[in-house]
Amino acid sequence: MPVALAVRGLSKNYGSVRALRGVDLDVAEGELVGLLGPNGAGKSTLVKIAVGLVRPTAGTAEIAGARAGSHDARAALGYLAELFRFPGWYTADEVLELHQRLSGSRGGAAERARLLELVALSDATHRRVDGMSKGMQQRLGVAQALVGEPRVLLLDEPTSALDPVGRRAIRLLLEELRGRGVSVLLNSHLLSEIELVCDRVAILLGGELVAAGTPAELSQPKGVELETDEGTRTIDGALREDVPRLVAEAVAAGRRVYGVRVLTSTLEDVYLEAVGGETS
Amino acid sequence: MVLVLTAFFLVLFWLANHFVFRDLASISPPRDVNVDTRTFVGAFLTGLAMFATLFLGVVLAVFLTLGVVSGDAERGLLQPLVVRPIGRSTLLLSRFLGAAGVCIVYVLAVYFAALLITDLTGHWHPHRIVEPGLELAGAVVIVIAVSLLGSVVLSATANGIAVFMLFGAGLVAGLLGSIGHALDSHAIKHASIIASWALPFEALYQDGLRMITEGASGLTGFLLQLGPFGGAYVHGWGIRLWAVAYLAIVVAAALVSFSRRNL
Repeated sequence: MPVALAVRGLSKNYGSVRALRGVDLDVAEGELVGLLGPNGAGKSTLVKIAVGLVRPTAGTAEIAGARAGSHDARAALGYLAELFRFPGWYTADEVLELHQRLSGSRGGAAERARLLELVALSDATHRRVDGMSKGMQQRLGVAQALVGEPRVLLLDEPTSALDPVGRRAIRLLLEELRGRGVSVLLNSHLLSEIELVCDRVAILLGGELVAAGTPAELSQPKGVELETDEGTRTIDGALREDVPRLVAEAVAAGRRVYGVRVLTSTLEDVYLEAVGGETS
Repeated sequence: MVLVLTAFFLVLFWLANHFVFRDLASISPPRDVNVDTRTFVGAFLTGLAMFATLFLGVVLAVFLTLGVVSGDAERGLLQPLVVRPIGRSTLLLSRFLGAAGVCIVYVLAVYFAALLITDLTGHWHPHRIVEPGLELAGAVVIVIAVSLLGSVVLSATANGIAVFMLFGAGLVAGLLGSIGHALDSHAIKHASIIASWALPFEALYQDGLRMITEGASGLTGFLLQLGPFGGAYVHGWGIRLWAVAYLAIVVAAALVSFSRRNL
């Protein structure tokens, strides 16, 4: 599958602090990859290098085959920074118009209206940024990132200021984008969000990639839960393949079986195991 | 607010001109002192107006540019813009040209308004009218470039302080030059000349002052040269060309620094 974002041996030092240590990561076309890690793990640094805001100490990052920070790379990407602000005197429509001009988008008013509708801001088209709640500004930020129909989207904590309804709207939007072949690198602290929408997950710790794979690949079997007329019991170490045998044994022993559930670790378990409970 | 304060300054300047020229009629210097009082007062007041115009222009320039890179990056305004295909160089040049356009219009407007006030109230105007205004505007454009470069490497507050300190250093060097010539001190004159080349906005301002007093000769000219709004000891096409080269070097340094800066 063609690669939309390719990171090879990426390192970044801020003085004596090593923010990234030889990270390799790919995001395929149409793939939605979640980036996880505790504060200071290097997630934002990785995203900033990919969009050309920060220069790497070593290694390379490419967007759609172009060197990160180059004109072609910038033309292919949409970016929502973790901390961003738009001029307070601009209206939502003017913010998008400015970014259309900067990105060379010819979508015009139709594109702006469509994007504002996508993030549920149609009613705030002519409202000034100063008059918007933080959540509305964050949704406007997502709309801004989508100006010009980018092939690669890098979102740094896109839902941190949103309520559950807003988060769900963004989640649905991401799924729709994936359906249209847009590649997304999603940097978020919200494990449930990552688990729900991402095809693959990468976990950074201390600037190193400590785990990567699909949520299913990363999760570990934790046994099988069997519900019978005697109650519910967990058979530790049992796998999905053991279920027919376990049910047959229970029935042979005269038990009535009401339910069986294969237990696996959640993304939260995987994450906590990977980072060792580290936070900052 | 800038327009209101400028209008306030121009009203005060008009009042000063009105009363000074009104009272000029009653002042009669000794017969053996050959001073053209109208020229002396007109040139002095115009020099004062040029100083005020430069100061106001520099204040405007600094506040328009002191946080263009670091300040806007700290507030998160810059990041969404620089990742766009338009690129960092175009963005910084746009900010430079925008600030320069505003400040040039502002400086020329205040300068010509001050000349008009002096002409209407005192019936005096310098022999060279346009060139001093252009040099004044050029001086402010150089300050804009210095402030832009500073904004790449310093925080907004530090940059504002640094640029105003440079501006103050330039003015002090110019005044020292006048004192050095009055005292015929080689060391002070030498220091003033070095400062003028190092900070060519000051040299352009001094050259503009020189041009407004050019028409004054004899004792009147000598007295004006001694004053704070008098002579320029570095002047002519050499410093003007150096000012253009200096501007190009500072803008280029700002562009290179910005292209390498982490945001």
